[in-house]
Amino acid sequence: MLTLRDVTAGYGHFTALWQVSLQVTRGEAVAVVGPNGAGKTTLLRVISGVIAPRTGDLVFEGQTLTGRPAHDIVAHGIAHVPEGRRLFPALTVLDNLKMGAFLPAARRHYAESLERVFALFPVLHERRQQRAGSLSGGEQQMLAIGRALMSRPRLILLDEPSMGLAPVMVLRLFDLIRRVREEGYTILVVEQNVRQVLKLVDRAYLLEVGRIRMEGRADELGEQDFVRQAYVGL
Amino acid sequence: MIDPIFLAEAAINGLLLGGVLALLALGLNLIFGVLDIVWIAYVDLVMLCMYLVYFLVMVYAWPVWLAGLAGLALGAGLGVGVHWLIITPILNSPPINQLLATGGLLFFLQSFATFLWTTDHRSVRLALPIVEVGGMFLSFARLVAFTLAILAMVGLYLFLTRTFIGTAIRAVSQDRGAMALMGASPQRVYTVTSAVGGAMAGLAAVLLSIQYSVHPHFGAAFGPITFMICVLGGLGNMVGAFIAAFILSEIISVGGVIWSTEMGYVIAFALFIVLMFIRPGGLLARRER
Repeated sequence: MLTLRDVTAGYGHFTALWQVSLQVTRGEAVAVVGPNGAGKTTLLRVISGVIAPRTGDLVFEGQTLTGRPAHDIVAHGIAHVPEGRRLFPALTVLDNLKMGAFLPAARRHYAESLERVFALFPVLHERRQQRAGSLSGGEQQMLAIGRALMSRPRLILLDEPSMGLAPVMVLRLFDLIRRVREEGYTILVVEQNVRQVLKLVDRAYLLEVGRIRMEGRADELGEQDFVRQAYVGL
Repeated sequence: MIDPIFLAEAAINGLLLGGVLALLALGLNLIFGVLDIVWIAYVDLVMLCMYLVYFLVMVYAWPVWLAGLAGLALGAGLGVGVHWLIITPILNSPPINQLLATGGLLFFLQSFATFLWTTDHRSVRLALPIVEVGGMFLSFARLVAFTLAILAMVGLYLFLTRTFIGTAIRAVSQDRGAMALMGASPQRVYTVTSAVGGAMAGLAAVLLSIQYSVHPHFGAAFGPITFMICVLGGLGNMVGAFIAAFILSEIISVGGVIWSTEMGYVIAFALFIVLMFIRPGGLLARRER
């Protein structure tokens, strides 16, 4: 479904990703794990078109999308839930979701998508008239995911969904992401909470200082000694 | 002691003036809120639209309402033109360069208008009546201008809250990058914003041209007060600008009757300076955060 081939990318003179290749198959959940500053966020930004790669290719459902701007990539079916959620804090929950359905194709199914998102996250329905900025961290993350679903994507990119959440909330959120997955979405998630995310996904890549160091099935990767010591904390 | 009737009349005139000033400030504020750029030449665009209305009505004998629509359309067109020709190339430049560019446009438009149309004051002569209400004399033109300005602001409010693109405009003013992830091309949102902001300048021009005469330095007369309103309300804050417009117009109008027009402005500007010390972010700075 998604293929990255030899992608190098960065900001100014700084290179954050070195010849990264990665693949996601339809229906899969894939994680990219690694320490702070490994280039995980940059990787998602390249996929969603926030930054253009310097070299390499980005192919999604058979189409080359390399270097397309972000607003164009969404239209192709990739939704990005960015780091720090990036909600519109002064807008209501409902208006935030509305903005998720900004594209004409998504707008046509607005009512239906809204119903689906409210079924997944009933708390958003309760709080639909509140300002997004007044929600708790967990609710904000749900809204960010719900907003992404409103564009009717086939692939969802999640950047550190557990960031800044209390441990109980992290568990709940991962359960919810599991349910999103069961709805048939393909997921590519970047996480620092390695132990939890490996329970969620099928496969994982380990990214270190901008390079893919390892890849494999989630259960196998979790068994690797050095992954356990460095990231899982066992 | 001043006759209370005069004071009441001044207060109502202040209210009527405030409506048009609020319209001007809201247009400028809308653009600032989304693009983070202050169009220094905003009121000079108003001046151009006033010339159009003047020529259409006085020279080509168009009906006022049709000339008004033309003024509105010219405003929207100028808004888009300014965005594409002047703002787009410098969108990511330091703010000082952006100010200089739109400031340069101001001098260009002033000189251009002087060159083409000389410094004569020209006014649209409409035989609009004076209305007497309870011993007060009110200009019908001002009443019409106020009513239309309020209607336009209600329309703007509905546009910004009820439509997808209007909500997107508010969203972009909160987070430019996130809106691109929703599929909205930033350039498209900016263009729509500039067109709406420009159309408001056009409408303000129509409403001003039935009350004031136009000349190349019209921008210098109404520009500073428009910026003051925006800053006093909190730059980018629509509700703040709306309230600030009425505060300043009341001071100017009532102060003008008690002392003199100049004194009204002196008090308004002095109050502005004092308020800027007390609330540097504007009257409603806290609420919109």
